[in-house]
Amino acid sequence: MNIKSIIANRVAKEFKDGNLVNLGIGLPTLVANYIPEDIEVTLQSENGFVGIGPAPEQGKEDPNLVNAGAQPVTINSGAAFFDSSISFSIIRGGHLDFTVLGALQVDEKGNLANWIIPGKMVPGMGGAMDLVTGAKKVIIAMTHTAKGNIKILKECTLPLTAKGRVNMIVTEMGVMEVTDKGLLLKEKNPTFTVEEIQAQTEAELIISEDLKDMEI
Amino acid sequence: MKKIKSVEEALSYIKPGMTIMVGGFLGVGSPEKLIDGIIEKNIGDLTLIANDTSFPGVNYGKLVEHKLVKKVYTSHIGTNPESGIQMHSGEMEIILTPQGTLVEQIRAGGAGLGGVITPTGIGTVVEEGKQKIEIDGKLYIVEKPLKADVALLRGAKVDKKGNVYYDHAARNFNPIMAMAAELVIVEADEIVEIGDINPNDVMTPHIFVNVIVQGGK
Repeated sequence: MNIKSIIANRVAKEFKDGNLVNLGIGLPTLVANYIPEDIEVTLQSENGFVGIGPAPEQGKEDPNLVNAGAQPVTINSGAAFFDSSISFSIIRGGHLDFTVLGALQVDEKGNLANWIIPGKMVPGMGGAMDLVTGAKKVIIAMTHTAKGNIKILKECTLPLTAKGRVNMIVTEMGVMEVTDKGLLLKEKNPTFTVEEIQAQTEAELIISEDLKDMEI
Repeated sequence: MKKIKSVEEALSYIKPGMTIMVGGFLGVGSPEKLIDGIIEKNIGDLTLIANDTSFPGVNYGKLVEHKLVKKVYTSHIGTNPESGIQMHSGEMEIILTPQGTLVEQIRAGGAGLGGVITPTGIGTVVEEGKQKIEIDGKLYIVEKPLKADVALLRGAKVDKKGNVYYDHAARNFNPIMAMAAELVIVEADEIVEIGDINPNDVMTPHIFVNVIVQGGK
């Protein structure tokens, strides 16, 4: 598998039958392709529906049926539409089992920065702050570093999206859980050594006694 | 009461310096003719309340490109580079607000509530300069309600009384904004007879709607 597939495939293994999940734009969207077929997972789109289906065939796009990134999508049977107030009641009100997002930086205390680089890039937070504040579990799905820059830090330096809300980080190098004591490395990509993963991580990793190999 | 008006008549209610709310999410579910009319008439100095600033060349994104907006309350500007340029040059003031907070501020404006008490933004720059309160040991930010002079909405089907039915994901902010403005104008893809929309399917009751204009080609 390529790097993105390794990450998306691993994230999808967290879901259980009946879960309601919001997938962020970019890499997190790919997670939908790896959800096991024997479980039913409902995907939410924050622009106002549950039951996102696959991309439509070319020529069959509906201008009023797009995801939160304005890409044409379809709906599964049993889907439901609602307004933005209900959509964010779902998000903020603790009704989402998982939110999966990317990050510019994430740290060992579970802080997340993914909405602004002051002076350079000011896209705005969109729904990200509500998602991270309200979802039952927050998973960060991202490449371990960005063009060689370390993203998993002792403390985020960019403005935060939310404080202490991240539960798990999944990268192509491994799976880390945010604990009271710091980041616990639970699984690793067998092509890397623990030392190699640590070298790409500023936060000091706690190595699980039960360290497993990731499926690659 | 006759609510159906020409686009020209509807535009006569929108004056420079007003605060307008525009329904839609990245331009999906947004009125086309009303926005193009504002640009044609060059009605400027506007305060815009919208989920995002759309894309260049798409719907209310064009209001920003034509420099008709002095201030915007929104959750996202990343899809329209012109917003960032005007923010940095100081031509346009941008109040960035988490999307869930923004929609509730609008709802509070229309629902007669004094504000929104939300955990979103605690521990971030969003809380700066705002009142915070603790309820049962948890911290919340108090955000003020938002109202507008005019709301510009888009409905798939609107009956002659003003009952609105929205299509798919085009609903988004529209029904919330319908409650939060002095004057509510709905651009209809299709205007239908009273009774053609099953009362159970009405998503915005007619009592909120003041003006209906015919959209489409």
